[in-house]
Amino acid sequence: MKKETWKELTLGTINLNAGNSVQNLTGTWRSGKKPQFIEDKCIQCFFCWLYCPHHAIEVQGEEVKGIKYDYCTGCGMCSEVCPPKEKAIVMVKEEIKLAERSSK
Amino acid sequence: MAKLKDLAQMEDRLVAGHGMCLGCGIPLIMKIVLRATEDPLIVANATGCLEVCTTIFPRTSWNISWVHSAFENAASTIAGVESMYQALKKKGRIPQDKKVKFLGIGGDGGTYDIGLQALSGAMERGHDIVYLCYDNNAYANTGGQRSSATPVGASATTSPSGTQSPGKLQRRKDLTKVMAAHGIPYAAQASPGRWKDLYNKAKKAFEVEGPAFLNVLCLCPTEWKYDEAKGLQLAQDAVDTCVWPLYEVENGKYKINYKPRKKKPITEWLKPQGRFRHLFKEENASVIQRIQKEIDEEWEELNRLAGFSQQK
Ligand SMILES: Cc1ncc(C[n+]2csc(CCOP(=O)(O)OP(=O)(O)O)c2C)c(N)n1
Ligand code: SF4
Ligand code: SF4
Repeated sequence: MKKETWKELTLGTINLNAGNSVQNLTGTWRSGKKPQFIEDKCIQCFFCWLYCPHHAIEVQGEEVKGIKYDYCTGCGMCSEVCPPKEKAIVMVKEEIKLAERSSK
Repeated sequence: MAKLKDLAQMEDRLVAGHGMCLGCGIPLIMKIVLRATEDPLIVANATGCLEVCTTIFPRTSWNISWVHSAFENAASTIAGVESMYQALKKKGRIPQDKKVKFLGIGGDGGTYDIGLQALSGAMERGHDIVYLCYDNNAYANTGGQRSSATPVGASATTSPSGTQSPGKLQRRKDLTKVMAAHGIPYAAQASPGRWKDLYNKAKKAFEVEGPAFLNVLCLCPTEWKYDEAKGLQLAQDAVDTCVWPLYEVENGKYKINYKPRKKKPITEWLKPQGRFRHLFKEENASVIQRIQKEIDEEWEELNRLAGFSQQK
């Protein structure tokens, strides 16, 4: 990201670029574990969508379809709230090299 | 009746890329509240985790008009915006049939403490606004100082537990009742663990004419010190132990929206949270007894108020 200086600031620090934080990929914070979506176990209750703090549940049309790893921080909420006995979201180990992560 | 599937189809007014913590409860509350009206919405936000983490310059997570002025005056800011809107309508500069909603938001520090005067004034003047307090029981954004919403026995940086003290000694301020005492049309308390109740309350708050107040318990794994994945259970336990009863006050009438079939002991709420860990030492047993006694008394009092309201 190119750093803006004070010369580029809008007067009154008004930000006209609504919703531009989508450029911040919070998925780069994830460390150690990540959720895995198992589609045929999903009962489409949308609890994961509600309880994911980082807007990382992929919804297509009227269905939960997976995880947006660009935003997922690996907190585990989605898996915890998934109701079926055999959960449709399970947390799995993830090894990431720090160098790879920061180059993203 | 709202369904999550349908709510998920609505546009996000607060989008991804914000910097709130893993497992934070604020986004859950916002996901519901911001969907409880379909009208255009203007938000004024006091300083705190929500404001700081969603507007790190040059980025913003807000997809709607949003104003920040200071820590202590979200309520006066939104009241000013509403007054301007009414004035422009009167002058014919905004069409008469245009509907806009106004929402002020603050944490418990910004609402129970430093913003209370501004909030009380806005409520008394009768602006057509909704004020939402997300109560995470602490000044979380600055590292967890105690607020007047911090419960008895909690260890906070300015009420630490140790050999000389079992954490915070003073009782919480009951802000929902304070707001109801303003005689406003609607005041309510909700929890993200019961999303339908939260949705219904937010919808009512937006629909009533005049000021409405929502106090929502907000999970904060960082300051409460629990496993961040386990927030939903904790939010449920808060209502099942009656630490955070779900009720609403409509035109002065109290109504309890959820009564646990069997009230859980307070320890179920305290145990998973690191901020209460020291209470389980032998020498602090009396503190747990005190907390249980106070929660029982408050619950009885609330039931009495709801009972009176039914007779009215
Ligand atoms: C007048 C003033 N005093 C102090 C601060 C520093 N400050 C910024 S955020 C914050 C804590 C806010 O706490 P709370 O309202 O409970 O919201 P939370 O951080 O928990 O979301 C403080 C003290 C400030 N911004 N303005
Ligand atoms: S692990 Fe956390 S951030 Fe990732 S999808 Fe699940 S709830 Fe969202
Ligand atoms: S400190 Fe607490 S309230 Fe603030 S962003 Fe983190 S979890 Fe949320």
